[in-house]
Amino acid sequence: MLKDQDRIFKNLYNDMGADVKSAQTRGDWVNTSEFIAKGRDWIINEIKDSQLRGRGGAGFPTGLKWSFAPKEVGSRPHYLVINADESEPGTCKDRDILRFEPHKLIEGCLIASYAVQAHVCYIYIRGEYFIEGQKLQSAIDEAYEKNLIGKNAAGTGWDLDIYIHYGAGAYICGEETALLESIEGKKGQPRLKPPFPALIGLYGCPTIINNVETIAVVPTILRRGGKWFSSLGREKNTGTKIFCISGNVKNPCNVEEEMNIPLKELIEVHAGGVIGGWENLQAVIPGGSSMPLIPKEKCETLTMDFDSLMAEKSGLGTAGIVVINKDQDIIKCMARIARFYKHESCGQCTPCREGSGWMWRMLERMAKGEATKDEVDMLGDVTNQIAGHTICAFGEGSSWPVQGLLRHFKKEIEERNNLDPIVQKKNNIPYLVDQHLLDKKNA
Amino acid sequence: MSLRRPAKNQPESFEFSPSSMEEANKIVLKYPEGKQQSAVMALLYIAQKQNDNWIPLAAMKYIAKFLDMPYIKVYEVATFYTMYNLSPVGKYFVQVCTTTPCMIRGANKLVEACKEKISDKENELSNDKSCSWMEVECLGACVNAPMMQINDNYYEDLDKEKTIEIFDKILKGEDPKPGSYRGRLNTEPENNRKTLMDIKNA
Repeated sequence: MLKDQDRIFKNLYNDMGADVKSAQTRGDWVNTSEFIAKGRDWIINEIKDSQLRGRGGAGFPTGLKWSFAPKEVGSRPHYLVINADESEPGTCKDRDILRFEPHKLIEGCLIASYAVQAHVCYIYIRGEYFIEGQKLQSAIDEAYEKNLIGKNAAGTGWDLDIYIHYGAGAYICGEETALLESIEGKKGQPRLKPPFPALIGLYGCPTIINNVETIAVVPTILRRGGKWFSSLGREKNTGTKIFCISGNVKNPCNVEEEMNIPLKELIEVHAGGVIGGWENLQAVIPGGSSMPLIPKEKCETLTMDFDSLMAEKSGLGTAGIVVINKDQDIIKCMARIARFYKHESCGQCTPCREGSGWMWRMLERMAKGEATKDEVDMLGDVTNQIAGHTICAFGEGSSWPVQGLLRHFKKEIEERNNLDPIVQKKNNIPYLVDQHLLDKKNA
Repeated sequence: MSLRRPAKNQPESFEFSPSSMEEANKIVLKYPEGKQQSAVMALLYIAQKQNDNWIPLAAMKYIAKFLDMPYIKVYEVATFYTMYNLSPVGKYFVQVCTTTPCMIRGANKLVEACKEKISDKENELSNDKSCSWMEVECLGACVNAPMMQINDNYYEDLDKEKTIEIFDKILKGEDPKPGSYRGRLNTEPENNRKTLMDIKNA
């Protein structure tokens, strides 16, 4: 288990209060100006040394992302945007940072804004987190009052304004370009990439977008050194991460742990074990609903980091672990996730808009055992038609969980759905343009 | 994609009250000059708050004029985002999360409670016209599942009895206390905390 002194979010459960005074006793806002005095390159190099990877799901190296911002500010200003549109089912880490560690985030915003030369920072919070947004706003007000942000923020000579922008219940706005569209006051429909936001982003200006957790760990990394951060976890998967353990466990919780921690340790030690014992475990969704599930056999030895989960054809995503035990109907669980994606598709690309609905309706029928034998393969086919054929990663996000289900629980689906298809395939008939007429005759 | 339509009975006109106007003017200043369209989402919230928690078409037209943008753009935004109510909802607006993490911890019991106490159908006002409920997608409090949102507040770690208790309170016009209903501290593991104990005991 990670030692308490190595935990970054000491107020994760709000034992101490979230105001600026108690934040300062935890070390926030101490010597912030010294880091800035060391210059942009030092900050970015330190973050590169720490091998910090984005905590929002994709795991892109943060230092590298920052270095994509233009070196000189041209005619267009730079922007920093913080993605607090946390809507992935199974994930609720950013909510605790917004509520209980707002000053870590605000200090991180100042450092990151300086590193990418932005004077304005927008924090995009999902609309449902209204109370959390208010708490963050009061922390921002406090910071303005103490001159920690604003003109000559924290005595660094850098001017920074932070504004909160509320979303309004659209999961897709967690996708970075949809988020920018949303800030611009449009429907949240993702943009084509390239151009990447680092060059053409918010209002057509260079924009760096980071997750809340990524930015909130930055001040601590600078304070304790990139070397310290990279000594935790393993190569390329360094540092600590907030894991959200939900579902059929005795004590669902958020906990900050070292990367590469065994999944079994997270579930057994922190979450009090699976309801009905480890033997009752059926599957685990390791990184928020869009990551393929992992069956029990593999959970024994699985370690939680980006690369080891990738090797299992899944992913760490947001580290929202959903534990599903044998009392649950796994097909129904996945059908519900498919319904989530059907509801949240933005409707821009046809494969995703239509396909997400198909997947949901097929899975609902499969859960009831009303599907025919050949539909199982057809479902797999539909997922392949969606993934990779859309503007944003939502297509992958919605088809991966279904593919995971098909990969590990195909037998279960087939056992339950063994109806014969209404239209029998006659293999000896050559393909005709009027195939449907033949099908009708054979039906 | 969710399909949403505006209500049939629409008020004739809409105008910001002085306090809404003040708030709206403040929000427009958050964005760069000439980019006032960015404020449309926040202004729709203000209109919704002022108009008993739903947005009439007249308000969209008003906001379009206010921000100097085409009406259809405001309409697009208001119909795209699910948190803008396009038809009247109860004064207490209950949203029950039923996505998988909540579902496997018994969110259907909460839905049952809604049906018993508020109304048989989603988006239908209760007998005394004060409450309405709907199923929503993940509200982002998965480790506190099952949970629901009433207006701005989250009610967490629920079961059927506790949900009914909360509904009894709101039907009497009281505001029940938000947060965990099993008495645990935020998102800590209940009775099983192994981390940051020095801070807890300090």
